[in-house]
Amino acid sequence: MSAIAQGNAAIIVPPLAKSPGYWAGVWRRFKKDKVAVGAGLVVLAIILMAIFADYIAPADPTRSSMLRRLRPIGTPGYPLGADELGRDMLSRLIHGARLSLFMGVVPVFIAFVVGSVIGVAAGFFGGKFNTITMRTVDVFYAFPSVLLAIALSGALGAGITNSLLSLTIVFIPPIARIAESVTTQVRAMDYVEAARASGANAITIIRVHVLGNVLGPIFVYATSLISVSMILASGLSFLGLGTKPPTPEWGLMLNTLRTAIYVQPWVAALPGAAIFITSISFNLLSDGLRSAMDVKG
Amino acid sequence: MLKYLAKRILYVLPVAFGVSLFCFLLVHIAPGDPLTSVLPPDASQAMQDELRKIYGFDRPLPVQFGLWLLKALQGDLGTSIATGRPVAAEVWRAVGNTLLIAGLATVIGFVFGCFFGFVAGYFRGSFLDKFASMLAVLGVSVPHYWLGMVMVIVFSVQLGWLPPGGAGPGGSAAWKWDWEHVSYMILPAITMSVIPMGIIARTVRALVADILNQEFVPALRAKGLMDFGVFRHVVKNAAPTALAVMGLQLGYLLGGSILIETVFSWPGTGFLLGNAIFQRDLPLLQGTILVLAMFFVGLNVLVDILQGLLDPRVRRR
Repeated sequence: MSAIAQGNAAIIVPPLAKSPGYWAGVWRRFKKDKVAVGAGLVVLAIILMAIFADYIAPADPTRSSMLRRLRPIGTPGYPLGADELGRDMLSRLIHGARLSLFMGVVPVFIAFVVGSVIGVAAGFFGGKFNTITMRTVDVFYAFPSVLLAIALSGALGAGITNSLLSLTIVFIPPIARIAESVTTQVRAMDYVEAARASGANAITIIRVHVLGNVLGPIFVYATSLISVSMILASGLSFLGLGTKPPTPEWGLMLNTLRTAIYVQPWVAALPGAAIFITSISFNLLSDGLRSAMDVKG
Repeated sequence: MLKYLAKRILYVLPVAFGVSLFCFLLVHIAPGDPLTSVLPPDASQAMQDELRKIYGFDRPLPVQFGLWLLKALQGDLGTSIATGRPVAAEVWRAVGNTLLIAGLATVIGFVFGCFFGFVAGYFRGSFLDKFASMLAVLGVSVPHYWLGMVMVIVFSVQLGWLPPGGAGPGGSAAWKWDWEHVSYMILPAITMSVIPMGIIARTVRALVADILNQEFVPALRAKGLMDFGVFRHVVKNAAPTALAVMGLQLGYLLGGSILIETVFSWPGTGFLLGNAIFQRDLPLLQGTILVLAMFFVGLNVLVDILQGLLDPRVRRR
């Protein structure tokens, strides 16, 4: 007995050379993807632009001038022209990044948390609870996302809080569905059975086995929703359901400049170009993450 | 097949019920009284009560829902608060117009999406593949309402080739299938087609690449089949999924047309929704959303059934 114990102790465990782990592999694959890295840098630049808008913007984004309305791109003092109230377009575009990024990221993040909790709970506990929860989710999933966002915002009325709320509700169902389907698959795995047999409780199993498998795919999916959220949020502002003037916001700017397309067409198109650049960068970044993290689907 | 059909329909009934409950509650989650937009600010209490009674807002919610659902099933969606006309008639007229451009957009998106997706999947990794994949990313990233504005700027303001908006002389009531009217459909339909084009191209590319990797393809080639013969087999295998995606895209376009219709002043459901929101005409909002959502639900079932018909494997799931 004691000999065995001594024998065991005699086995020298070599200190594990720190293996290059999963995330190191993800980072290595991501670095090789030039498109994704480029998109990531653009996203970073836009985030910095939003944070330091006060220092970067050459002029006050809300100072209007009746004398300098609708100036073309390249006017001295107005590098990207002036809008319908004579405000500096460049400054407004820089400040507009704040709300657009906020509306792209925050609803998706809240939906990521809430949707994961709903989906994992439904998948893990199964049975009647699963049926009731997932059928409720299916009802919201039965609406095309634009329609659901507009229906909720339209009924609740204009305003940032209401847009935020509607967009969050729009993104919870798809995230919950993915979480539920992955959780159901994981729950049937042998290693979960083994964990349960060796005495792990529900919380440990969810934390280690379920979340470990579920978070990756949902995270990648959620990053692909950021551009959708931005486009939808700007769309709501474009319809007059989002923020109120004179707040600089790309969708609202597009809306107020729409009447100016006969006078200064390219100035009027600028806010949309800003939305486009941001949204495509987020999409390419998300595609890069997807292949680097090797998530299927 | 019958069992599959019954299963699909049994599944969709509770969803349809939930969708109608949601639409009903839309009016009641709205802040303030649904009648504030029609009531004069100095309306007496008696007048308010009277009007509330006419619209049925004085009864308990479950009773209101039951009555509303019964009427909706008979095709009565209530009365528009702003115009006093029946909601159903307004919605049906608008649905026709929206179907017109959404249908055209789906066809354009399907044809080009299949083409790009097929080329990309067939010549995987080539320059053509990268180009088509880039187009697909552009298609899903572009804010389509902005694309619509750019289209108007280029083709109406600068070139003057196509009308910037509306539905032709005399509006949609005097619609005719001649160039003068059809020219009004082109810009909105092309703008709208960009999203399904990107999504269908992505789907078809993945499908084609997947099918070409399967064992039967080299087997067919070994049998002496030329490229065209192989192509036929690939199409046959990819068609059910591609068609399903197209059906769902039509549904998304029907629901998502509001922004594009606003840009082009196209008199469809989106335009109607815009008006309903602007005038806070909640019954109109509710009715339009109910009809569009039900269209989407129905389309989903139809796509599932068609897929089941085309592909026996689907039925066994």
